[in-house]
Amino acid sequence: MEMPGDYPGLKPNEISTGTTIMACMYDGGVIMGADSRTSTGTYVANRVSDKITALHDYIYACRSGSAADTQAISDYVRYFLSSHSAEVGRLPTVKTAANLARRICYNNKDNLLAGMIIAGWDPVHGGSVYEIPLGGTIMKQQFAIGGSGSTYIYGHVDAAYKEGMTKEEAKIFVRKAIAHAMARDGSSGGVIRIVTIDKDGVEREYIPGNELPYGP
Amino acid sequence: MSSTGAGYDLSATTFSPDGKIFQVEYATKAVENSGTAIGIKCKDGILLAVEKLLLSKLLVPGTNKRVHHVTPRIGVAVTGLTADTRQIVNRARDEAANYKESYGDYISPKLLTERVSNYVHYFTMHGSLRPFGASTLIAGYDDETKEAQLHMVEPSGVSYRYFGCAVGKGRQGAKTEIEKLKVMEMTCRVAMKHVAKILHVLHDEAKDKPFEIEMSWVCEESGFKHAMIDTQLIKDAEKWAKESIEADEMDDDE
Amino acid sequence: MPKRHWPLYLSLALFLRLLLMIGLAPSRSHGAPSQTLMDAPRQRTQSPIVTGTSVIGLKYKDGVMLAADTLASYGSLARYKSVERIRPVGESTLLGASGEYSDFQAIMEMLEDQTQEDRNMDDGFKRAPAEVHSYLRAVMYNRRNKMNPLWNYLLIAGVNPRTGGFFLGSVDHIGTAYEDDILATGFGAHLALPILRRRWRADMEEGEARALLEDCMRVLFYRDCRALNRIQIAKATREGVLVSDPYTIETSWSLAAFAQPKAGADTDGSW
Repeated sequence: MEMPGDYPGLKPNEISTGTTIMACMYDGGVIMGADSRTSTGTYVANRVSDKITALHDYIYACRSGSAADTQAISDYVRYFLSSHSAEVGRLPTVKTAANLARRICYNNKDNLLAGMIIAGWDPVHGGSVYEIPLGGTIMKQQFAIGGSGSTYIYGHVDAAYKEGMTKEEAKIFVRKAIAHAMARDGSSGGVIRIVTIDKDGVEREYIPGNELPYGP
Repeated sequence: MSSTGAGYDLSATTFSPDGKIFQVEYATKAVENSGTAIGIKCKDGILLAVEKLLLSKLLVPGTNKRVHHVTPRIGVAVTGLTADTRQIVNRARDEAANYKESYGDYISPKLLTERVSNYVHYFTMHGSLRPFGASTLIAGYDDETKEAQLHMVEPSGVSYRYFGCAVGKGRQGAKTEIEKLKVMEMTCRVAMKHVAKILHVLHDEAKDKPFEIEMSWVCEESGFKHAMIDTQLIKDAEKWAKESIEADEMDDDE
Repeated sequence: MPKRHWPLYLSLALFLRLLLMIGLAPSRSHGAPSQTLMDAPRQRTQSPIVTGTSVIGLKYKDGVMLAADTLASYGSLARYKSVERIRPVGESTLLGASGEYSDFQAIMEMLEDQTQEDRNMDDGFKRAPAEVHSYLRAVMYNRRNKMNPLWNYLLIAGVNPRTGGFFLGSVDHIGTAYEDDILATGFGAHLALPILRRRWRADMEEGEARALLEDCMRVLFYRDCRALNRIQIAKATREGVLVSDPYTIETSWSLAAFAQPKAGADTDGSW
């Protein structure tokens, strides 16, 4: 069980994305958010991290757990997805991306420390969010939160989430949730990175650490 | 050796001087001698039908299937050397299962056709192999594009997408009839009667062996799942077909 | 999480496994790790992470019924609240699972592949629940012999498509398997079984059976920290299998002790 600031599966001195990550569906697409802190123990190894990585044109992953593991998994999924989309001659579905990541996480569960959220848009299903927690379970969700910071905001997101939000509403929801997690989780911090994906493409933005809706 | 290519037909690895691979052509011949298989893209989906020649009176009805499931939404009809078709059907199923395992979704009819084509083509390129004496009609519903598709893979490994296609003994006549009757504008349920008629018309009672008809569809009526058509329904279609043929003959006599 | 004794070797082993996974075996000549490194002891028997709690089941007049809640926990965190832990397998079998949810997903995929294979054969054969049970027993036992068990406790329920006989059986993560008229996994074995033993009859009507299962699920919700009041009930009858949509069960909060807590200096104390 993943505890705040404590990853028993991590090797000594290994870099972990002690993190707050999140993804949320809105009508027409998805919003993904993450903090920008990467730490080794209590030292902030990187304060400008990007934990929202592209897997394909319209599919992204939020990474938590071991930075090395989640980067390796993302690299494989990106590779498999690009050859797959070339073979089928269309955009891959988010489901396919999530399933590829799931397979790696499940088949190597004893050696990986990776909690990922795969989200994005595809022409078949529109926006979708999948969560792959530690053991390699795959869960389709309306919204997902992850990383050490997420434990502090379950109450907030359960109360604040509404189905069928607009893009703007969803953005506010994600920003606020991550800001609160960053405020209480020592392993999360920095800026909030936001990626918005819908049929029109991908938008990236960030909220500076001194302009957060709450905190630090 | 003459320049027409005599002696170049012993292996699929060698072209004849005029650019042919005889083994592939002989394989095509093997298909042309077997029961007719018809595939049609109708108004509401795809209909597959096979004329299954009964080589002996001792055969159990329904034995030696020629229409097969591959995924819930894809089915294939095969004709040619039965044992060869088995290999292709098994390969199609393996490809479908592997795809599902990797990507978490069912393979599309188009991609399955490509994969089967690759497999069949491989057998035309190696000295130790012989091309398949079999053609495969692939009918399926693409969940992503929401359309039903019909493809055919030939012994050469080439494949095309069709509105209507026919292979086997009666292919010429069948193709003409399909075009003439505008079967493609009917629903599968109506078209199956006409297809039964086509198979009966093309069948030479005197010369050809007796036959059974096998049919399947992927259409609105089956919820766009690949489903075998009930034998009773086929019997009814055949009954209609025979009556219709008799009526046509009466007209001709007058 | 298990302790990792050989962190360096593990990361090497993982790297090699990832390479092998995509069919790229590293060549030995490029300074590949020596045999002794690869032979290092390896801890791999996991403990469950995303888990479901009890599943309970009983035979009744018209068939067999299973019940489970829809919670998938993450440690003590109630992480996924609307998860289906009872699934149909083919047309006449139900599978209910407690324990690691990713393993249950893997088992379901395996069974669904086999159901498709059966369908492809198109020879009219339908797998009986007893066969699914026997197969899963073999799978679970086999995996435990590899010291890498699938971390589930499964209930298999159904009606034999050939004989019409009812079946209810269980398999645990080490391959122990048996059949009974009433069964329960996990906490249910402690809390639900006594209730089932007292009230179960072979000739129960569907409504009675459902009420009995709901009563058990209610007790489990009260007394199991990993349980939820949102449940599914599934039945297998000669007409086929049916899994209900998730629904919330009624609960009671009117005990006198709620209104009149006993704690206080003037009483004999309470907790």
